[in-house]
Amino acid sequence: MRSSAWDRASLGQKIAAFAGLAFLHLPVWVIFLYAFTTEDRTYQFPPPGLTLHWFEVAFARQDIWAALKLSLAVASVATAIALALGTLAAFALARSRFRGRELITLLFVLPIALPGIITGIALLSAFRLGGIQPGFWTIVVGHATFCIVIVHNNVIARLRRIPPSWVEASTDLGANGWQTFRHVLLPQIATALLAGGMLAFALSFDEIIVTLFTAGHERTLPIWFFNELFRPRERPITNVVAVTVVLITLVPILLAYRLTRPNETRG
Amino acid sequence: MAARRAAAAFLHGRRGFYLALLLLPPLLWLGIIYLGSLFALLAQSFYAIDEFTARIVPEFTLATYRQLFSHPANLDIILRTLAMALAVTAAAAVIAFPVANYMARYATPRMKALFYVGVMLPMWTSYLVKVYAWRLVLAKQGIFSWFVDVFGLTPVLDGALATPVIGGPSLASSYIGMFIVFVYMWLPFMILPLVAALERVPGSLVAASADLGARPGQTFRHVVLPLALPGLAAGSIFTFSLTLGDYIIPSVVGAPGYFIGMMVYQQQGTAGNLPLAAAFSVVPIILIAVYLALARRMGAFDAL
Amino acid sequence: MTPAIELAGVSRLFGAVRALDDVSLTIGSGEFFALLGPSGSGKTTCLRLIAGFDQPTAGTITLFGEDVTGVPPFRRSVNTVFQDYALFPHMSVVENVGYGPMVRGVGADERRRLALEVLELVQLAALADRAPSQLSGGQKQRVALARALVNRPKVLLLDEPLGALDLRLREEMQIELKAIQQKLGITFVYVTHDQGEALSMADRVAVFRDGRIEQVDTPRELYVRPRTAFVARFVGSANVIEGALARRVAGSDRAFAIRPEMIEVRGFDEPVPAGMLSCEGTLEEVHYHGATSRWHVRVGDTVLTAVRPEAAAAAAIPAHGARLRLAWAREGLVPLEER
Repeated sequence: MRSSAWDRASLGQKIAAFAGLAFLHLPVWVIFLYAFTTEDRTYQFPPPGLTLHWFEVAFARQDIWAALKLSLAVASVATAIALALGTLAAFALARSRFRGRELITLLFVLPIALPGIITGIALLSAFRLGGIQPGFWTIVVGHATFCIVIVHNNVIARLRRIPPSWVEASTDLGANGWQTFRHVLLPQIATALLAGGMLAFALSFDEIIVTLFTAGHERTLPIWFFNELFRPRERPITNVVAVTVVLITLVPILLAYRLTRPNETRG
Repeated sequence: MAARRAAAAFLHGRRGFYLALLLLPPLLWLGIIYLGSLFALLAQSFYAIDEFTARIVPEFTLATYRQLFSHPANLDIILRTLAMALAVTAAAAVIAFPVANYMARYATPRMKALFYVGVMLPMWTSYLVKVYAWRLVLAKQGIFSWFVDVFGLTPVLDGALATPVIGGPSLASSYIGMFIVFVYMWLPFMILPLVAALERVPGSLVAASADLGARPGQTFRHVVLPLALPGLAAGSIFTFSLTLGDYIIPSVVGAPGYFIGMMVYQQQGTAGNLPLAAAFSVVPIILIAVYLALARRMGAFDAL
Repeated sequence: MTPAIELAGVSRLFGAVRALDDVSLTIGSGEFFALLGPSGSGKTTCLRLIAGFDQPTAGTITLFGEDVTGVPPFRRSVNTVFQDYALFPHMSVVENVGYGPMVRGVGADERRRLALEVLELVQLAALADRAPSQLSGGQKQRVALARALVNRPKVLLLDEPLGALDLRLREEMQIELKAIQQKLGITFVYVTHDQGEALSMADRVAVFRDGRIEQVDTPRELYVRPRTAFVARFVGSANVIEGALARRVAGSDRAFAIRPEMIEVRGFDEPVPAGMLSCEGTLEEVHYHGATSRWHVRVGDTVLTAVRPEAAAAAAIPAHGARLRLAWAREGLVPLEER
């Protein structure tokens, strides 16, 4: 198909495609550049000089560390909850056919289908109605709710690729349900669990939209960052934090991607 | 061991029981926490703030909705947000098409894999960092102006900024700037379903069209575009609903005009009027539901 | 002696579809028993019920005198060789084979010993530590067999195990399977749609059709004395003579079967030996099969097939439409039941 004359992309099409791609990438690379700039007041381009000074300053800041620790803690707990609940749901829905299954799937997808602001204000409404004070656990509850579907999607995709004869073979050879799960299914879904977990972690770590509603006085790293956007006191430090956030969230996502699609590059 | 075997044998035959056992915890969580909050949201929108005590009066009333729809400023907000959402969707579709077209039909497998990662990498990069990056890029002395200067297009930029309504003192505080950021943010969400839909257009159809005498432009208009429509519709769901509900981008990059999301955030925060915030947020829910229904008609759900 | 497997009035309904309809069967201990039939005939459903992967809607299943209806697979002394082999990809060959002992709590050393013992039996001990992905189709097949045998089951169920193999390999495996069965003395229940396979390997065969059993008999009896038109056609492609032709040829309304090799093709004017029945027909086609050739002759609205050994075909083959005479001995006609 690639060899026919009218199937080769024109130069114009190629330029348009690459231009679109470049448009997607440039802004973030800009931030990386600015994290090293010597200039601390304006957004001057090109930057007058490069330095690592701001990294030192940022790492000495107590408020940044506190926010970072909170974000890590929230992400860990939310991921753990999502792993447990998402896996249970995936097993239940993988191969069953019962009335209402579509509805249940819709319910699982709703938290990421509706805009974050809806989830945020809905949770806040519920907390106010119930007289619950926002804090660590309200943040975790919000995050876990939409992380469940991430884990569920990963695990169910993997489960559906396992031929049913494997489970039958295992029970045929004398294994009961638990043994079949432990020896046959678990090794197969291990990568899916890992990938789902890492995606959930990254999503929770980076979350701002819902968290602004459910955090009360707590400050996760994204909230710290958001506040700094309106108080441009030390912009380069903000840049350093930006670089840090990108790395902490990007690495798990890339790993998860490699885990779930290792054959992507093979023609 | 014996007890476990007995339990396993018990569950083996009772498939329904086993399913229910598995499904109960996640269902309870989502049902109570998520659905429950949605109901709480709805409930709150039917309450009102007592003007004197500034407390929420937990009695059913339509006063808050009346307040929402009677103030012309509020209607302005809703229309403004809707207009932006539609404009962003259209622009995203236009920019996404060449990229998706190239990926689906012309790229070699290696190029395609590169492009996939290339499109997904920004999608996975932290949302706030991206918004912040644009703020820097679009600032008065930022990269964008520098670029424009290098190409000698500064008068064009100034002209655009001078446009009433959508212009502003700088890109970072104008609707044009906000528009650019929105398009940037949701572009990958438009590209990916579009690639999937275009991939499903068999090469033989394009060949048949050419064989029957159609020029490339005609083939595109009559064969490729209609078949890619479900992918466009699917992608547009994201661009539409994400723009409709966003409150951070308008606050960071943009003109003083309010958007729905900002109102919701503000009303529940500093203004302390949770019922009004709730009422405001019901609007995007309805708008999105309508849009989903339309998109479904265009086949979007099959392309997701 | 207690039969190994007994099905009594077993039915399996899927909604309105009757996959199995009031099936009764007795399989003796140590038998190589084949379930033969076209796709959808219910033979695989029958196998799954014996294994325990499915429950009958009606009827009972007995294994060695014990009612096992409702008993889960991991409690039955029955093991299965699956059509797609179902080898666990994250375990090596020897780990796969040792799976049964592992879930029963056997220690690692003992497990490996048992597994290697059975792998010797299927001549794969050298590949013990390979991964399933590194094996050929035939090798995977043997691992699946070894894995099912290591538990020393009293009954081995095989679900079209040779379907994915090429002809040469299939024939080799058929011989090996038969040899293993006779050596171990285990009852084999073998599902296949290939009548040649069933006839060559089995001690007895049950022919399935639309959820029912048409006939249960030894291969020879099935071939020589089919009871119904379906069995006659399915097993050995016999000719079925019925209706007007039956009346004309055999003087009775009843349907008959006659094997192609029992029909002699003669010239139209050749005299017919006394005691033989004959009829006229016109030649449609001749298919050359090497050692034999199949002659398709039209008699009325039926086309009968006759097989002629190569040795006898001295003269040239007549043209299409040539008139011929078919002759056969009266004993060659097998009366069929109405079904």
